[in-house]
Amino acid sequence: MAELTIAASEGITPQQNAPLLEVKDLKTYFPIKSGLFNRTVGYVKAVDGISLTLQAGETFGLVGESGSGKSTVGRSIIRLTEKTSGEVLYKGNDLYNMPEKELRHLRPKMQLIFQDPYSSLNPRVRVGDAIGEALLNHGLAPKEETRDRVLDVLQACGLSSYHIDRFPHEFSGGQRQRIGIARALILNPDLIIADEPVSALDVSIQAQIINLFRKLQMTRGLTYLFISHDLSVVEHLCSRIGVMYLGTMMETAPRDELFTHPLHPYTKALLSAVPVPIPRLKRERIVLKGDIPNPANPPAGCKFHTRCPYATDICRQLVPEFRHMGSEHYVACHLV
Amino acid sequence: MSSITGGLADTKQTAASPIRSSLWRQAFRRLRKNKLAMAGLAFIVFMFLVCFFGPLFSPYANNKINPAIMNQAPSFKHWLGTDLLGRDVLTRLLQAGRISLTVGIASMIISVIIGSILGAVAAYYRGIVDQIIMRIADLLLTIPSLPILFILGALLSEWKVPVEYRMYIVMLMLSFVGWPGLARLVRSQMLTIREREYMQAAIVLGLNDRRKLFNHMIPNIVPLLIVISTLSIGGAILSESVLSFFGLGVMPPTPTWGNMIDAANNLIDFEQHPWLWIPPGVAIFTTVIAINIFGDGLRDVLDPKQKK
Repeated sequence: MAELTIAASEGITPQQNAPLLEVKDLKTYFPIKSGLFNRTVGYVKAVDGISLTLQAGETFGLVGESGSGKSTVGRSIIRLTEKTSGEVLYKGNDLYNMPEKELRHLRPKMQLIFQDPYSSLNPRVRVGDAIGEALLNHGLAPKEETRDRVLDVLQACGLSSYHIDRFPHEFSGGQRQRIGIARALILNPDLIIADEPVSALDVSIQAQIINLFRKLQMTRGLTYLFISHDLSVVEHLCSRIGVMYLGTMMETAPRDELFTHPLHPYTKALLSAVPVPIPRLKRERIVLKGDIPNPANPPAGCKFHTRCPYATDICRQLVPEFRHMGSEHYVACHLV
Repeated sequence: MSSITGGLADTKQTAASPIRSSLWRQAFRRLRKNKLAMAGLAFIVFMFLVCFFGPLFSPYANNKINPAIMNQAPSFKHWLGTDLLGRDVLTRLLQAGRISLTVGIASMIISVIIGSILGAVAAYYRGIVDQIIMRIADLLLTIPSLPILFILGALLSEWKVPVEYRMYIVMLMLSFVGWPGLARLVRSQMLTIREREYMQAAIVLGLNDRRKLFNHMIPNIVPLLIVISTLSIGGAILSESVLSFFGLGVMPPTPTWGNMIDAANNLIDFEQHPWLWIPPGVAIFTTVIAINIFGDGLRDVLDPKQKK
């Protein structure tokens, strides 16, 4: 094994003062092919110009309804889905501009936790092997130590040591998600991208997994990019939140700021839909009409104008700028 | 012990861990509970033993002609009677079984090797390689296989290929028509697995190609391959019989179940000497059914999600 001698982080030169992750104007388009010769007739603009910066140790929540492109952002950041344009910088190094081999050695530092705990584990690989194999493959631990490391991480994720020799089909959904988390965690990553990690689980298990995420952040100082459509989950976990709509960022703000002073009409509508445990509280419920438009043919101007209750002429013609409104609060709306 | 989990599992001390039962062992346990499949397996084993060792105990030489005792009905001396040249039918039936089973298994092995390599290559490289391989496979699949085999068989007779080589050529012919279907199956399975989320997880973990291939892709294809190859033995035995029946496969005097049934080709033998064609017919029928039942049992069992 040649990798034994190469430590995973040696491949890059981390730049001083560079944020852990910087995404600049990321665009990911999927070609639509049709006809006899498979010609490209258009593009689904899944991610259409997203910029965000993650400092080490923070938790950034990315919310938006289904089809808003939040998962594609996560996948494009770790090069699981290739971007169309823009830049992804990890500690100042462009992930899209490095040799395949270097990228492979860097991958353990950025882990993805999948939405579906059932399909993200190979049914024919034992849990212990699934968790430990990346460690072995990258030469991050000698063979004799691997089993102990796996046992440690299983325990940290709330699983028992006797689970190590079992197969994935012998576990429940919540346990499998813990296995997925353990598989990412054993590599001591700097960044964990969690792609709706709890949406496939039932509510009581969701709470357990979220608390596990919190505990791990406190004990290990992890940085999360937490993708979710559930605002109450994001509120519980994240320090900063970004709201996406149709591939574009609508608003980003620190958590408390966003929940108390939402500026974008879309954010307001989303927040008004979060259930509150006070039955008699009278709230204004903003109901959005219609569905999210087709990302292959997004509306001109502000992408939200077709469903915005306050839309004016300028919204239909001009794309709003992403403006700073003070105290780390950014919003893309003409009317604010 | 657990070749499927490979490296890590095998190298560690397992003293402290509870009994590790591998997926293969679990599958075998489930297979043993499937009575029908076990009956099929028992019959296949029986057929093999009888065909390969039976003739050793026969008092009659393989192709010894004895005109004095031609076309005798079954008796204690000749359990299944004698044929028109006075040869013992039972001895010939067992000798034929050797050839038929060997041809069936050998052509299965060749077509599985060709088919899975080409299918895997097509799925791995995609693009133009995929196009070329799969178009050739499609082409072979669009032409009905029996006519191709007939034409090839007729050509062999025309070119006067020595009789003793015919058996090997029949194997190659059967693999030639057998591999396209296998290549398609393996390719589609590989493509499906490639897109599975656990393969994406393997990319995110930064596993190298070798590990992705040998620890994640191949173990998920092997069960399918085992089932298909088992079932395709039956098909190959049938095809060989059909060819030999029409005198285009393995040629007499080398007996196969197919060219023995050839006796049914003329009305006199068909009506008056049924011991000439019923035994090989029954042998083909029972062997192929046993193989298919066993193959179905394997398919039911080799799914890790299935319990008990």
